[in-house]
Amino acid sequence: MAAIVLGGSAGGTEALKAVLGGLDPRLPQAVLVCCHTGSETVELLCEMLGHVSQLPVIEAGEREPVRGGVVQVAPAGYHLLVERDFHFTLSADPRVNLSRPSIDVLFASAAAAWRNALIGVVLSGANADGAEGMWELRRLGGCAIVQSPDSALARVMPQAAIDRAGADHCVPLDAIAPLLNRLCLP
Amino acid sequence: MSHVLDEIELEGIELDLFVEAMRRRHGYDFSQYAPASLLRRARLLAERHGGGSISALIHRMLHEPELLPQLLEGLSVPASDMFRDPSVFHALREQVLPMLASHPQINIWQAGCAHGEEVYSLAILLEEAGLYERSQIFATDLSTRALERAHEGIYPLRSAQQWSRNYVAAGGLHSFSNYCSARYGLLKLDRRLRRNVTFAQHNLTADEMFCEAQLVLCRNVLIYFTNPLQQRCLALFRDSLVRDGFLCLGLRERPGAAAAEADFAPVDANLRIYRRGAAMSGRRL
Ligand SMILES: C[S@@+](CC[C@H](N)C(=O)[O-])C[C@H]1O[C@@H](n2cnc3c(N)ncnc32)[C@H](O)[C@@H]1O
Repeated sequence: MAAIVLGGSAGGTEALKAVLGGLDPRLPQAVLVCCHTGSETVELLCEMLGHVSQLPVIEAGEREPVRGGVVQVAPAGYHLLVERDFHFTLSADPRVNLSRPSIDVLFASAAAAWRNALIGVVLSGANADGAEGMWELRRLGGCAIVQSPDSALARVMPQAAIDRAGADHCVPLDAIAPLLNRLCLP
Repeated sequence: MSHVLDEIELEGIELDLFVEAMRRRHGYDFSQYAPASLLRRARLLAERHGGGSISALIHRMLHEPELLPQLLEGLSVPASDMFRDPSVFHALREQVLPMLASHPQINIWQAGCAHGEEVYSLAILLEEAGLYERSQIFATDLSTRALERAHEGIYPLRSAQQWSRNYVAAGGLHSFSNYCSARYGLLKLDRRLRRNVTFAQHNLTADEMFCEAQLVLCRNVLIYFTNPLQQRCLALFRDSLVRDGFLCLGLRERPGAAAAEADFAPVDANLRIYRRGAAMSGRRL
């Protein structure tokens, strides 16, 4: 596996803390995060996640290379996309699912870049962003993990992902990090 | 050599052909746009005009020239807001306009003006600073359809609340409603605001300098370009600016590359406001 993409919205920050906090620091994969926070920057989010994560957490920068073993967060107010040469591109295109950054946009471009070397994770959230992206990710051979709606603060987003795309794993929040570690480390 | 191409690779070929056809048929060169965002837009256009297929879109582009304005608009998706990133407009008001005030004539080039949201924002700033009478705003964009909309200055009313909040956060002196009227679910900007605005098509990938300016504003356009094209634009902006002229880019753009650093000194690096020439060399105001 070459990369993990994570998406969340309402309740997503809490879920991200739980997942990133449990990730093995030896993980070689790039970890990309798209979380609707409603705030003007993700500075605070990066800081919060950095406290719990053993992997460094940074904001993804325009034209920067994707880095393995680093958590890279989509900036507020821009869509984050991954190029086939594994660099980041930002876009100020209109909102998708009322969201910018949109999980669908990140997942779809990451799926085209990594195909079956990608794991997608949809976490707690109150809208359906991520469902379409998860469908695209599975179609191109990626592995889909969805937080079980019952373990989510807001169940709409994981439920929408399951309804649209199905899932390879649908597990409670506290099982996601161990699962990722198992899938990602030899 | 047999090589089974999968769907993603085929789509890559289609996108390349689309770009090539666009260049040869209409003279617009998108080859130096960032592929990921360009592909996204081509897909959206293909859904609207090609039944989902980029190849079908190419066919229509070649044979139906009247489609061009819609294609340009679709490829460049003009999306904007008034006083987007209020802190930037606040800084323009507090730090940049006072410096421009010493010029008898103030030229501002806004490249990539979308539907004009930032043009009217600038006009309001200049008006409130008492500088508008001697200012000229040159507002340019690739998309002629976007320029038409910009000239109209009519927007969906649902934007009004956010824009009014942005106006206040940007340090607006009055009330946002002084500058617009609401009717039939639409927000219409006071047309006096465009008395010193010139709208014109200008293509950053091919065209030369547009005017000599004291301030160039080009926000959230370079993010769609790959590095060489970004460098071209920065050189263009440098050549357009008078000595000590100002440049303002989008908040997440990184002009970091060598040329930019040599030519522009940060006024406020976080807000992506720079000044031409080494006079301020690196010092933050
Ligand atoms: C996302 S909008 C930015 C609008 C506004 N400056 C802002 O930041 O809110 C990008 C604009 O760049 C324009 N654009 C794209 N390619 C261009 C080119 N080659 N030359 C000039 N304008 C271009 C698009 O038409 C679009 O209106």
